[in-house]
Amino acid sequence: MNKGKENMLHFINEVSFVLDDVSLFLDTHPHDKSAMAYYNKYKKIRNEAIKEYENIYGPLTRYNVNTPDWTWVSSPWPWEGE
Amino acid sequence: MWTYERRLQYPVKITKCDPKIAQIIISQYGGPDGEMGASMRYLSQRYSCKNRKVAGLMTDIATEEISHLEIVAAIVHQLTKDLTPEQIAASGFDKYYVDHTLGIWPQAAGGIPFNACEFQSKGDPVTDLVEDMAAEQKARTTYDNILRLVKDPEVCDPIRFLREREVVHFQRFGEGLRIIQDELNFKNFYAFNPDFDKCKRKGNCTK
Repeated sequence: MNKGKENMLHFINEVSFVLDDVSLFLDTHPHDKSAMAYYNKYKKIRNEAIKEYENIYGPLTRYNVNTPDWTWVSSPWPWEGE
Repeated sequence: MWTYERRLQYPVKITKCDPKIAQIIISQYGGPDGEMGASMRYLSQRYSCKNRKVAGLMTDIATEEISHLEIVAAIVHQLTKDLTPEQIAASGFDKYYVDHTLGIWPQAAGGIPFNACEFQSKGDPVTDLVEDMAAEQKARTTYDNILRLVKDPEVCDPIRFLREREVVHFQRFGEGLRIIQDELNFKNFYAFNPDFDKCKRKGNCTK
């Protein structure tokens, strides 16, 4: 994996983890305003980062293939450690 | 419905093979307190759970556990992917190899196949949540046991992440149990099963 791709994916992993963690907290504290604001802040950052990544490196989900060819299966899978 | 994202929740990049450690770590794939049991436990429990917050919590933690299942499989795969027949014979990996070659298959470290009896779905939210809290602690202990045996920092790093998530899930399930008990009569939480028994008079059974 080239450095630029690795760095961008690392950032997506970090902001996604923020959402994974705070959404569990919100499940048991649905009226916590500061947690909700935190969620909204990182949701926006994550959406923008994913859009940028997919434009350069291809789809992260099979709903987001926007190339003439089927690029979903053309790069290494995450478990390969490439 | 689930959607696959082309990334691991926490990255795994292991450059040195180690079939001995792989045979230990596979317990968190298909062993008694592994991620397969965890994800299937919470997904199975949620259907009878009438409290929507707790059913949502079960769904979201189960979803995260599936991504942990993928991380554990990636670790085992990367620890074994380039093995030679000589390394297989010398490391004791031969007993696994003869049935599965280098494929990933859910078993405990001792070779016992994954078994659904290892997780409970009881249809009572107090029972199920106490089970879930114990399950998270058992998984945490298993990761602690693994960490005492693993020296390679490339393996320790994702294992530490997984261990930490068990602690967070334990905390969240504890809050789920509190939510359930807050809706019950504190004088006797066990007077009836809120997911099964019907109350004749409203207000009689609940606080």
